[in-house]
Amino acid sequence: MRLPIYLDYSATTPVDARVAEKMSKFLTIDGVFGNPASRSHAFGWAAEEAIDEARGHVAALINADPKEIVWTSGATESNNLAIKGVAHFYQKKGKHIVTCKTEHKAVLDTCRQLEREGFDVTYLDPETNGLVDLNKLEAALRPDTVLVSLMHVNNEIGVIQDIGAIGAMTRARGILLHVDAAQSAGKVPIDLETLAVDLMSFSAHKIYGPKGMGALYVRRKPRVRIEPQMHGGGHERGMRSGTLATHQIVGMGEAFRIAGAEMAAENERVLGLRNRLWVGLQGMEEIHLNGDMHARVAGNLNVSFNYVEGESLIMALKDIAVSSGSACTSASLEPSYVLRAIGRSDELAHSSIRFTLGRYTTTEEVDYTIKLVRDKVAKLRELSPLWDMYKEGVDISKIQWAAHH
Amino acid sequence: MVYLDHNASTPLDARVLEAMQPYLLANFANASALYREGRVARAAIDQAREQVAAFVGAHPSQVVFTSGGTEANNLALKGAVLGMDLTHVAVSGIEHSSVLQAAKALQRRGVTVTQLPVEHTGQVDVTTASGHLTSGQWVTLMWVNNETGVIQEVSAMAAAAREVGAFVHCDAVQAAGKLRIDFNTSGAHVLTLSAHKINGPKGVGAMVFDRALDIEPLLHGGGHEHGLRAGTENVAGIVGFGAAAALAAAELEARVAHVSALRTLLEARLAATLPGITVFGQQAPRICNTSFIAVPDVHGETLLTALDAEGFAVGSGSACESKTGQPSHVLMAMGVAPSLAEGALRISLGHATTLTEIESFTVILAKVIAQFRDMAAVRLA
Amino acid sequence: MAYSDKVLDHYENPRNVGSFTKDDPSVGTGMVGAPACGDVMRLQIKVNDQGVIEDARFKTYGCGSAIASSSLLTEWVKGKTLDQAREIKNTDIATELALPPVKIHCSVLAEDAIKAAIDDFKSKQHVDAKKTA
Repeated sequence: MRLPIYLDYSATTPVDARVAEKMSKFLTIDGVFGNPASRSHAFGWAAEEAIDEARGHVAALINADPKEIVWTSGATESNNLAIKGVAHFYQKKGKHIVTCKTEHKAVLDTCRQLEREGFDVTYLDPETNGLVDLNKLEAALRPDTVLVSLMHVNNEIGVIQDIGAIGAMTRARGILLHVDAAQSAGKVPIDLETLAVDLMSFSAHKIYGPKGMGALYVRRKPRVRIEPQMHGGGHERGMRSGTLATHQIVGMGEAFRIAGAEMAAENERVLGLRNRLWVGLQGMEEIHLNGDMHARVAGNLNVSFNYVEGESLIMALKDIAVSSGSACTSASLEPSYVLRAIGRSDELAHSSIRFTLGRYTTTEEVDYTIKLVRDKVAKLRELSPLWDMYKEGVDISKIQWAAHH
Repeated sequence: MVYLDHNASTPLDARVLEAMQPYLLANFANASALYREGRVARAAIDQAREQVAAFVGAHPSQVVFTSGGTEANNLALKGAVLGMDLTHVAVSGIEHSSVLQAAKALQRRGVTVTQLPVEHTGQVDVTTASGHLTSGQWVTLMWVNNETGVIQEVSAMAAAAREVGAFVHCDAVQAAGKLRIDFNTSGAHVLTLSAHKINGPKGVGAMVFDRALDIEPLLHGGGHEHGLRAGTENVAGIVGFGAAAALAAAELEARVAHVSALRTLLEARLAATLPGITVFGQQAPRICNTSFIAVPDVHGETLLTALDAEGFAVGSGSACESKTGQPSHVLMAMGVAPSLAEGALRISLGHATTLTEIESFTVILAKVIAQFRDMAAVRLA
Repeated sequence: MAYSDKVLDHYENPRNVGSFTKDDPSVGTGMVGAPACGDVMRLQIKVNDQGVIEDARFKTYGCGSAIASSSLLTEWVKGKTLDQAREIKNTDIATELALPPVKIHCSVLAEDAIKAAIDDFKSKQHVDAKKTA
């Protein structure tokens, strides 16, 4: 068994060897390196053909028309393009947007930017299981609401939102629905023929494709319009300019093709391992599962180990690569905003570890992880004054802490 | 197949691919992750940032990685205009579409956009252009034009702009790797770059900027790249850009010498075999690798197809505009007659281009043109 | 975040972990920080009749730098008089452990902890003095 064990598949995934193999054919002098926008020679045509094929693979996984796929540099750009693109295009119709406090930063920061531009944004509170209550969503919708943006699967706690029901609600009111599917594509079946989703964001590197690559689904029937955010040569039917990175696109296409072929079997295997991990941690005191256990993606287990601080736990678990909160905020000292939004106390939010399992996780790795976590949590609790107090029966929430920051 | 369209894109250098590969497979971690693997990815990005900075004479902290030249140009224009509440933008008529379209988008938001005139030579005359400059204006001038290869007087323009209190953005996508660039002495406030024009990977670029400027990000979320460009870093791509920049910096003089010699030969042969040929921008200083030509009465599109069938890949101008079928906006801005512009053919060489390739190209081009003329003669008869 | 070797050493082999009886008059206890901020430090000192810190113990809930800062502090204060211990500055700790800027607050917390422990000890003497009087 190779150490460290990688259990951070929601942060990123390795490129599948089959994907890397395919990508390598679109780079060097002996491959298809041409600019796909070059209309005058075979180098350009071959690149364009490869891109069309990849577009077909991505569309197939989500049952969409290839013409509905717009290539971007990643899910962050897709989210920016979808939300700003719709907000700017439809602003005469209304300037209200509804989203949720547990969305990815790319959605939240984009919404904040729109607020600075004069838009009005409602940030819904999720329930304690991490899901949005549809009644609360309905109550937040207004005549001037133009867009609802909600994620399919949460990156930290892995909960799966019922986008089918949300789509039915927004469609009936003529409101557009954008779904960030960076964490769900390839893990949860998506059928855009039946889902009333208007825009959907995808990332390649979350499903064994390359970093720096993503896509935005933009529905054609009924037609959704967006204002481009990147101007230039009019690539991607004017919605996103910039030379298409052939190898990156081919990589994403191949990753999506493989996901389509192997998703069912892979999910079953990963779910088995995830459950094994959770069962293995049972019996430990004061451990709390974050997020709903049932409406949850197979590879995710987010657990708070009360009275142990997450960063020191990550340090103690140096044989396994896991994260505390999301990778994008882990350099800061803030507790996970997702866990705070679902009502976790600061202590529990600070004590969380996200284990995310994937294509290359083995039973042996899971068993090693269980043992390591049990040992290290026990060791850190020996060091923890909060654990002492808990054991003495002191209610920590009742203490007046002299917090100075 | 002989590839003579290096201004559209270049093949990835095998050494660059070698540098990139570990970051796709073994060292694949997210650079924001706290564990060791994440730090390995972060260190690789830091190194690439140093390489790109050294390549253009900048400090690593001045480099922001983007998804390419188009994004870098959009970020420079829109980011600076929005970040500093600028109301006036001036761009030359020969800029890349990513600059022109970004300026148009700003115009729709109420920003005044001035077009700087271009001489017949393909150069923007700094003295003339200076008359259009105003304080607090954003001026974008490309270092080298992608179609003609004409080198602009960037330093003089920057000096003129600074004198009136304007900001200068220089699109150096086509200059990088063909000229020695020094950001800090150029006088430009912002420089934009693309990896795939210097034998690096597609999908990566950079904005190099004076940190005193207040630039508003285009992509929000996650605070990557000092808050200027959100999104999980394309580690392999960035590493590739760094490696390509380091190679280009180390081999620049040798590459330029090789390519210049080939271009001189190419143009001499063309002049000898194709009387009446026009080489656009020939009166102005040009970069070493580009010949943008037109042959009277021969339509460019037809010529390209025939050359492709013979195994030669050349361009008709900007790859980004090749779908529209419009004559080159660069040639239009230079005042070239549309009939001549429609026949334009861009031959752009790379450092791996060989003497044999150029020799056979000139022979084939003459042959193809002779065939066209024969056919035309038959038709006339 | 890359940790220095010294941080790693203290983190992996923390010195003087544990507790003294809080009510012992020769013990001063300082508890600083807050769970909400992600760090809580409890530092205890045992002071002899000459006003010299004979022994020290700590328990810390927090990141590796917080644990290392408090572990280092327990080593430093031993053998020092209360006045000398009060002179320990957070910058000394940060320098010794080569803490990165985002972790400086850990050393600040450690400085706060020793001051709080000294104050606690002194307030106990004050009360005792009153009692005797």
